[in-house]
Amino acid sequence: MILAWLIIIPLVGGLAAWVLDRKDGGAARWISLAALALDAIVVIFFWSRPSVQLDLTRGAWLAELNRPWIPQLGIDLHLAIDGLSLVFVALTLFLGIISVICSWTEIRCRVGFFHLNLLWILAGILGVFLALDLFLFYFFWELMLVPMYFLINIWGHEHRVYASLKFFIFTQAGGLLMLLSILALYFVHGTGTGIYTFDYSLLISTKMSAHASFWIMLGFLMAFIVKLPVVPFHPWLPDAHTEAPTAGSVILAGLLLKTGAYGLLRFVQPLFPDAASSIAPIMMILATVGIIYGAVLAFGQSDLKRLIAYTSVSHMGFVLLGVFANSTTSLSGAIMQIVAHGVSTGALFILVGMIQERIHTREMDRMGGFWSDAPRLSALGLVFALASLGLPGFGNFVAEFMILLGSYRAQIPITIVAAGGLVLAAIYSLWIVQRVFHGERAQYLRIMDTTMRETIMLAAMIVVIFWFGVFPRPLLTISEPVLKGMTMTTFHEHPLQSTGGGE
Amino acid sequence: MNIVDLTALSPYLTLAVTSVVVMLVIAFYRDHNCTVFLTLAGFAIAAGSMVFASCVLPREVTPLLIIDRYAFFYLGLILLAGSGVSALSYSYLEKHQGHREEFYLLVLLATLGCAVLAAATHFASFFLGIELLSVSLYGLVAYLRHSTRSVEAGVKYLILAAVSSAFILFGMALLYAETGCMGFNEMAARASGTEVHSLPFLAGIGLIIIGVGFKLAVVPFHLWTPDVYEGAPAPVTALIATMSKGAVFALVLRYFLKVNIHHYTPIGVIITIVAVTSMFTGNLLALLQTNVKRILAYSSISHLGYVLVTVLASGPMASAAAAFYLTAYFITTLGAFGVVTVLSDGQRDADSMEDYRGLIWKQPWVAGVFSAMLFSLAGIPLTAGFVGKFYVVAAGVGSELWLVVVVLTINSIIGLYYYLRIVVAMFSDAGDDVRRKTVISRSGSIVLATLTLLLVLIGVYPSSLIELIKATAQRLI
Repeated sequence: MILAWLIIIPLVGGLAAWVLDRKDGGAARWISLAALALDAIVVIFFWSRPSVQLDLTRGAWLAELNRPWIPQLGIDLHLAIDGLSLVFVALTLFLGIISVICSWTEIRCRVGFFHLNLLWILAGILGVFLALDLFLFYFFWELMLVPMYFLINIWGHEHRVYASLKFFIFTQAGGLLMLLSILALYFVHGTGTGIYTFDYSLLISTKMSAHASFWIMLGFLMAFIVKLPVVPFHPWLPDAHTEAPTAGSVILAGLLLKTGAYGLLRFVQPLFPDAASSIAPIMMILATVGIIYGAVLAFGQSDLKRLIAYTSVSHMGFVLLGVFANSTTSLSGAIMQIVAHGVSTGALFILVGMIQERIHTREMDRMGGFWSDAPRLSALGLVFALASLGLPGFGNFVAEFMILLGSYRAQIPITIVAAGGLVLAAIYSLWIVQRVFHGERAQYLRIMDTTMRETIMLAAMIVVIFWFGVFPRPLLTISEPVLKGMTMTTFHEHPLQSTGGGE
Repeated sequence: MNIVDLTALSPYLTLAVTSVVVMLVIAFYRDHNCTVFLTLAGFAIAAGSMVFASCVLPREVTPLLIIDRYAFFYLGLILLAGSGVSALSYSYLEKHQGHREEFYLLVLLATLGCAVLAAATHFASFFLGIELLSVSLYGLVAYLRHSTRSVEAGVKYLILAAVSSAFILFGMALLYAETGCMGFNEMAARASGTEVHSLPFLAGIGLIIIGVGFKLAVVPFHLWTPDVYEGAPAPVTALIATMSKGAVFALVLRYFLKVNIHHYTPIGVIITIVAVTSMFTGNLLALLQTNVKRILAYSSISHLGYVLVTVLASGPMASAAAAFYLTAYFITTLGAFGVVTVLSDGQRDADSMEDYRGLIWKQPWVAGVFSAMLFSLAGIPLTAGFVGKFYVVAAGVGSELWLVVVVLTINSIIGLYYYLRIVVAMFSDAGDDVRRKTVISRSGSIVLATLTLLLVLIGVYPSSLIELIKATAQRLI
């Protein structure tokens, strides 16, 4: 039941924020914060239980809720959490709280409705991470789109209408292909066993031909790689990220993209191990293309927010590489990258939001020399830029190192090219620092330094990312047993042979 | 005809009696409030009598009508739509000049026609139902006599509906000449024989498909739809979009399930082509529209294309999916046109995109309802449309109709674009508010609130509706 509460609290909190909102919006902000804090407390309390700790080491399900919902069609309200979901849930709540705080002064109109949307997105995302019934999963998958669409469309920047439509249509298209695959799987399982169900734990043992398995896998894959995004399917991302309000960008980069990664880990790999390994070489090539392409395009941007959006494409390439390189090391690296990228890129978006709030532009040509006026802001910017380029000591370094280590064993040439992405990351990150914080002072009035609220928020993010950088073990041990189980079901043979191609 | 037959027929008798009563009352005492009250009371009694009548189901009353759970399910939907339309019309007509009372008489007759169609099991009742419906609609579409657009739409509808009735009649004649019977059951029995592949038989079926295609407004028989939708008064548009299509579709489904359409490849191919072109034409042309009523008209063309997928699909899931989708479609379409109705004033209907710009900040309540309806049409979770679309796709995938299912998927994406365009307009900044705020009538608010509640209820907890539908479908097969 605790899992249902995790989703219900933000849903109710969002409604309360909307209904109880008054002119100044203070009530909505505090209600949202309280709801998310309550959710976080529930998770921490749950996490600290001895039985949960024990289950974590075994890679078992920590909690489960299974109630019939539409029994006629074999649809259940099936929620469950394991180490993998736990990491994602914790990240969701952390970034959720951050995104409420970072919109504290940015959002001034329709505050109540804003927080309704914000909390409902988070509820949808939590649902995606907890659902173990494929219909329920699809339900949450679609549910989080609508409030995100409103968030971009109402509180976004200049080209928000175009960006929000593009975002919605791209992700919806992917989602519908997944729906077809879900239904195909449902009928394949139903005709094979006589049990028509959408339950993950039953569908995972579906027997199907290699041909069917490949096509069904492709539908799932499309939904997830549009979300992630992988290069030919990425055009929605720069627009959506750039035009969204800060909180929207944080959630998009930090969480929404991660639902794609989660889908790959939770559904594509375990449900279709053979089909997934047959397509792995192609995916790894696309991942590498994404890493290089995103980095190169990032370098070409003059809009600071767009630049960071493109770095997301590059970083998500590493996640894809890790997922399809298919060893425990690379999968752990991918989890690490998901968390580290969520926090560091989220922080960079917040910094851009802060700068835009102060000087009302995102154009880098009109920035420069912030260091003398706003040393705290600039120092924080430097830290996150360094984290983003993968400097040792930050979580991003650990993540990228593990991913490359894992994929080196599978595909040497691809790994070598992908490693080039690190060099490009260094270039664009230092380029940001150089142009924004150093250099000649732009003709602006003095830029205000960070306030107490902003400093504390960003400091918390630094602590998290630094902690994972020097002490990654706790995070890795949570998800590792699950990932180990996954590679065991995924690989019937030695990992070198199963990924083929490179030999 | 004995007492049991009369009991089974009681909803039909109630509707017929109500229309006579309403007509007589108008003749002696012309009063809008009184007429509406009588009409709604008639609908309520008809719905109430369904409870008693359901005890004697299924029952064949004369060779013309088969009163079974299937018919009752659609009858329920039709009564819901009829009462919804009447309640919405009240405030709408209050804003207009001229005689208002006969409107309800026509709505009652149209409802009766639809109800007959849902239970028809014979060519005679089929044709009676169609004509009762069409003739009432001629009057309803052109009801606002001072509006040229309304009259134009009425004439257009009159000509095309008459032609389509002629097609149906000729098709019936051919089938009768070939098989020598007019009841659907005997027809189905004969059709499984050898003479089915004869040319007149197929031509007869083809002509009926054309006639029915006009009523359903599927491509290539859709040309009247946008003009009539645009010109007709908004509540009448709601009636055409829901009741008249739903009843004809219920009949088609029953007919095809009886004759077992899958044995005739040419007809299967024709329906596939009709479904695919309806989806594409409806959605692509909707992209080009700027008038909300026309957008909804084209959207309804594509939605009929979606439902046709269930006609092609086989198995028990197909008819259940159709019933579920139609329920969702009824509620959603009624709600969408209901919003247009309550926002309209005496001069014109609220059908331009400008009427909706910034609506959420002026009238958050109505805009919220409209958004919910549009999301349901687009198939977004928490709404009935989502489960409905899911059900239809499931039925299609279950019968391995990959072509239509993939086309349906592509069209859902195209459809999103224009539904979202209206939503975007509602959520954009209003600027300086030049248009005065329309006062929303209480009756309109109640109807919209009920529909929204149903929409979300079915979207979140569809299992009781599915249970009900399954009970009706089992009787049929």
